[in-house]
Amino acid sequence: MVNLRTHIGGGLEIQNPILTASGTFGYGEEYSSFIDLNRLGGFIVKGTTFEPRQGNDYPRMVETPSGMLNAVGLQNKGVKHFVDEIYPRLCDYKSEIIVNISGASIDDYVAVAQMLDPLPRIKAIEVNISCPNVKAGGMAFGTTTSGAQAVTEAVKKAFSKTVIVKLSPNVTDIASIAKAVEAGGADAVSLINTLMGMAIDIERRRPYLSTITGGLSGAAVKPVAVRMVWQVAKAVKIPVIGLGGIMNGADAIEFILAGASAVEIGTANFINPKVTIEALEFIEDYCQRHNVTDIKELIGQI
Amino acid sequence: MNKINSNTKSGTFIVTDNQQLSSTYSLLILRPEDDIDLKLADFKAGQFVEVLPPANSTFLRRPISVCNVDETTNTLWLLIRDAGAGTHALNASRPGQKIDIIYPLGHGFSTTLPKASKVLLIGGGVGVAPLIYLGRKLKEAGIEPIFLLGARSKSDLLLLDKFNEIGKVFCSTDDGSFGTPGVVTQNPVINDNYDIMFTCGPMPMMKAVAKVAQQNNVECEVSLENVMGCGLGACLCCVEKTKDEGNVCVCTEGPVFNIKRLLW
Repeated sequence: MVNLRTHIGGGLEIQNPILTASGTFGYGEEYSSFIDLNRLGGFIVKGTTFEPRQGNDYPRMVETPSGMLNAVGLQNKGVKHFVDEIYPRLCDYKSEIIVNISGASIDDYVAVAQMLDPLPRIKAIEVNISCPNVKAGGMAFGTTTSGAQAVTEAVKKAFSKTVIVKLSPNVTDIASIAKAVEAGGADAVSLINTLMGMAIDIERRRPYLSTITGGLSGAAVKPVAVRMVWQVAKAVKIPVIGLGGIMNGADAIEFILAGASAVEIGTANFINPKVTIEALEFIEDYCQRHNVTDIKELIGQI
Repeated sequence: MNKINSNTKSGTFIVTDNQQLSSTYSLLILRPEDDIDLKLADFKAGQFVEVLPPANSTFLRRPISVCNVDETTNTLWLLIRDAGAGTHALNASRPGQKIDIIYPLGHGFSTTLPKASKVLLIGGGVGVAPLIYLGRKLKEAGIEPIFLLGARSKSDLLLLDKFNEIGKVFCSTDDGSFGTPGVVTQNPVINDNYDIMFTCGPMPMMKAVAKVAQQNNVECEVSLENVMGCGLGACLCCVEKTKDEGNVCVCTEGPVFNIKRLLW
């Protein structure tokens, strides 16, 4: 029997390292006819803002080599809708429910965090300071050490449990941003959010996306993500959650070896709605094959 | 909140036949692999499936309309237009090919109508696909479907023999090589008295049909084919603007919409 329990910061332990990436798994329920959600380490629900948001205009997505560009723009019905309508339906799941939060100002982040703090089943939030698709704010906080630290400090004051800060890869030195959010009190970091990209329809001579640029995800980004997870894990003491192009269990192991205490599976859910559970089973099998009795033995071996 | 189909499954299908209709179109006939509990009767007309094209030809799945479900042979029919790497691989697949499919998805056409309803089913190009199954379902419910099918020329009119088996068929071709010359909205049959019109085809055609429906004060349902990431209501990429709720997912709220809900 392999012990898959792992820490994701602030004293929070999850039953296994498989999480789902925000914005790719809805509120979990979208996948409930394919998998048993209770078997996940946790699921990170879609990006939630204080006010409802309509998101960007269609078209919002285009497939690119081994990946996809998206520009959804944080479409969601606002934190009050989450608290009143969604949260009660998710409470009975055994897995951790982590809410990803976004804002256009520090006050926005704080307001969302305050609304979530009293909910007993929400033991962690993931602070998105890295959305490349929203003009006001979003990534602006995540691309400077001072901005990243300021948001982290403010959210930590507003939310009494685990605060994970999701980092942008669209920076020159991601390790310095990670150190800044650690100094700001973050309990963990997750990385990477999407890489900013662009694709053009040459027949129509127009960008494919309504917003011109978007966020690249999928297998194409994985080597960049593994490298950044490795760099950040070397630079900080808090747990690192790895994501970016994980398509299967073998990819997840790669992130764990690079220094991730847990992983988030995102875009792969679109292609294989059972990928999370298949990855979990792969990890169990891998550990047995390699005589690993505790997943923690693998974390950051490289 | 998205409307989620709780009976959605994923499973392997096997190509039993691939009928090449022309250089660009083929009709794929698939049966579920033996150990899959597939209730074909669960498919509603206008629903779609998410197909993983063979041979790693694409990164994401491709949404494909359910063309027909043949209960007697336990097969699913998909009409494929070769429009890129994924549909090309599907088009080229041979009997025996295994294909991974998520099914059934979305909300289909309104088929619970009064028996005396007069309905017109308008299809263009590969968009005629869901009208086969819709026509059959309506006929089963005691309603005589009338089809109006449009294409560039005679050779692009698909599955005519199948449509003729189900109901009365009118055709329009841009070049006048078959049926009435011109586009479907120029065909006089569109202006008869109908209780409802159903349409699936290229966006300009559907918008023109919707305009006729609005002018004639006829109910009209359209099947949209916005670019999709997941088909499950998770990625929020395939949105269409609605009057009541703003951006909604075509995959879960549609793909069929009453035009009254859209900003058309």
